[in-house]
Amino acid sequence: MVIVEDRESVYVPPPRRIPLARREMWWGLVFLSPWLFGLVVFTALPILASLALSLTNFNILQPEGIRFIGLDNYGRLGNELLSNGAVGQSLGVTARFALMSVPLTIALALGLALLLHHKLLAGKAVFRTLFFMPVLIPLVASTIVWQGFLNGSTGWLAQILHAVGLPAPDWFQDPAWALPGLVLLGIWGVGNMMLIFLAGLQAVPTELYEAVKVDGGGPWARFRNVTLPMISPVLFYNILISIIGVAQYFTQAYTLDPGGNGRPGGSTFFFNLNLYKEGWAYNNMGYASALAWVMMFIVVAAALILFRTSARWVFYAGSDR
Amino acid sequence: MTGNAVPLPLTGRERRRSNRARGFRLGISKLGATLFTASLAMIFLLPLGYMILTSVKDNSQIIALNAPLWPASPQMYAAADGQVYPLYQVPTADGGLEDLALVKPGRIVTTFIDPNTGQEIQWQGNWRGLSPVWSSISPKFDNFTTVLDTLNFPMLLRNTLIVAILGTIGAVASAVVVAYGFARFRIPGRNGLFLLLIMTIILPFQVLLIPQYIGFKALGWTGTWLPLIVPHFFANAYNVFLLRQYFLTLPRELDQAAQVDGASPLQILWSVIIPQAWPAIIAVALFHFFFTWNDFFAPLVYLSGKPELATMTVGLQAFNATYAASGTGYLTQAAALMALIVPVAIFFLAQRVFMRGVVISGVEK
Repeated sequence: MVIVEDRESVYVPPPRRIPLARREMWWGLVFLSPWLFGLVVFTALPILASLALSLTNFNILQPEGIRFIGLDNYGRLGNELLSNGAVGQSLGVTARFALMSVPLTIALALGLALLLHHKLLAGKAVFRTLFFMPVLIPLVASTIVWQGFLNGSTGWLAQILHAVGLPAPDWFQDPAWALPGLVLLGIWGVGNMMLIFLAGLQAVPTELYEAVKVDGGGPWARFRNVTLPMISPVLFYNILISIIGVAQYFTQAYTLDPGGNGRPGGSTFFFNLNLYKEGWAYNNMGYASALAWVMMFIVVAAALILFRTSARWVFYAGSDR
Repeated sequence: MTGNAVPLPLTGRERRRSNRARGFRLGISKLGATLFTASLAMIFLLPLGYMILTSVKDNSQIIALNAPLWPASPQMYAAADGQVYPLYQVPTADGGLEDLALVKPGRIVTTFIDPNTGQEIQWQGNWRGLSPVWSSISPKFDNFTTVLDTLNFPMLLRNTLIVAILGTIGAVASAVVVAYGFARFRIPGRNGLFLLLIMTIILPFQVLLIPQYIGFKALGWTGTWLPLIVPHFFANAYNVFLLRQYFLTLPRELDQAAQVDGASPLQILWSVIIPQAWPAIIAVALFHFFFTWNDFFAPLVYLSGKPELATMTVGLQAFNATYAASGTGYLTQAAALMALIVPVAIFFLAQRVFMRGVVISGVEK
C-alpha cells in the first residue's frame, strides 16, 4: 500500500478521481448487468405479461382479436376444477403423483446415501457413480427404456414376476398402474438428491456420534438424534426441489402419450399436459397463462408453508435459529 | 458388543488371535455390505441391461415365449427339398428332448424332420407348446444402422451439438461474469439481489413460457435455434450460485496483489480468478451441456414444424411415437441407447468435477 501512495504522489498528478467505493459499485453493476438484463427481460416482464395475458382471450393465431375479459379465464378454470374437468383431473393426477413420488424418492435417496456413507462399504466411488449415472440419461430416452422394461408381456419386470409365479401388471397400459410406473421411472433420477444427502452426511462432525455412543445409544438413536437434525437443512432443500420438479413434470408424460391425453384413460394427464394442449394445440394462450399462474400460486404457497414449518424441524448448526 | 463384561488381561498370543478374529469378522461384514450394495446397484441398473440386450435383438425373439435373455435367433434347418424349417425341442418317448425341424404345424399331429437322418416324423401334440431352438449369442447390430437412417441420427447429433455448444459458451461466460460481480464487489443492495437470484430458482417455468414464446414469435425467432441459445447468455441462477460459492473460497490476496500492480477488474477476472476456478467452470459447462441434451419442452414448442432443426430429444420422441406402437420395441431401445451414449460417456470422463458441482450447488445454501 505504501508503494502505491508513493507512486501516486511522485509520478501521477492528482487526477479528478471517482471515489473508490463508487468505482467499485460501477464495476460490480457492469458485471451483474447480464443477469440484471435477463432478470428484467426474461423473468420480470414475462411474469407481468402472463398475468396480463391471463385476463384476456389472447389467441396466438389471431393476435389482433385480443380482448380484456376480466376474470373469465379463472372462472372457467374454477368450473373445470369443481366439475372435475380437465383442470380437476390434471391437478388430481399431479397431486397423486406428488404424494407417491416425493416421499418415496426422498426416503430412497436418504437410504442410498446412508448406505454409501457406511464405513463397512468398499468401492464407495464406484457405487456413487453407478447410482448417479441414470440422472444423465435424457428423460425421453429413460421413459422409452422404462416403457419397454415395464411392458406387461415382453418387459423384464413382468418376466421376472411371472417366473416366480406372481401376477404382473401391464404398467403403462393400465390406468391403475401407469402413475406408479412413472414413480418407478422417477426413482431412476434419485442420484442428484442422493449426492446432496451424501455431502450432508459427510459434514456431520464425528464427535457427535461418539457422544451418542458414550451415552449408550444404538444406531437408531444415532440416526434420530444426530444424523437427522444435522442433515435437516439438506432434507429441506431436497423436499423443496422435488416439489418444484413435480410442478414442472411434462416430458415423461408427453413421451408416454404425445396426443397429450394422458393415456391410458387420462391416468397420466399431468397439469402441464393440459397447459401445453391449451396453449399450443388450441392456441388459447390467454387461458394457458391463467393455468400457469395457478401453478405458480400453488408452488409459491407450498414453498411458503415449507419455509414456515421449517423453523420447527430444520436445524441450522452454528446459528440461534 | 460385549456388554458390561470386564475384559480379562490377555497374553500376547491370545491378543494376536483375537485381533485376527476381529479382522476376519470385519472382512466378512465388509464383504456382506459390499455384496448387498452391488446387488442393489444391479437391480437399479436392470432397465439399462434390458435396453442394451433388447436393442440388439430380433423382433421374432422379443415376442416369442421362453426366449433366452441373450440376443439370439431361432435355429433353422435346410432340408433336402431346398426349404428352410425352424428347429424345435420335441419331447421323445424316453423322456428326453430332441431338436427337430418343424415342417407341418398342427394342433394334434405335427410333422417334423429329424435333421440327423432327414426322415419325417409324426409327433402327437400341439406344436405351440414347444420351444424353438435358439442360437448362441448373436447380436443384431443392423438395428443400429436401421435407426441411424430412420431417425436421421447424424442430423440430430449435429443440431444438438450446435445448440449445446453455443448455449454452453453463453451460460459459462455470463455466469462467470455475474458470479464475479457478486463475489468481489460491494454494491448497495447486493444481498437483496442475491436473494432475488435464488428466488428465481423456484419459479415454475410455465409462468415465463407463454410471454417468452409470444416475444420470440414477434421477433421471428420461432422455428430457429435462437430461443434455445440466446436466453442462456444472461446467467442462470444455479450456475451463478455455484461459481460465486467457489469464487468466495479463493484467497483475496492474489486479487489485491494484481490490483496493486494496476490490473483492472476485468484483467483480474481473466488472469487471477478464472485460472483458479477451472473445476467449477467445467462443472457449469457440463451442467449446461447436459441440460441442453435433456431439454425437451423448449425445442418441442420452438422447433415444431421444423424437423430439420430438431434436437435429439425431440427427434427421439417423434421416433418413439411412430415405432413404439408398431411392435418394433427393439428399434426404440436402440434409438434410446444411441441418444444417451454421448451424455453418459462425457459423464464417465468428467464425473469427479461434475459430482462436486452438484454438491456445491445443492448443499451450501
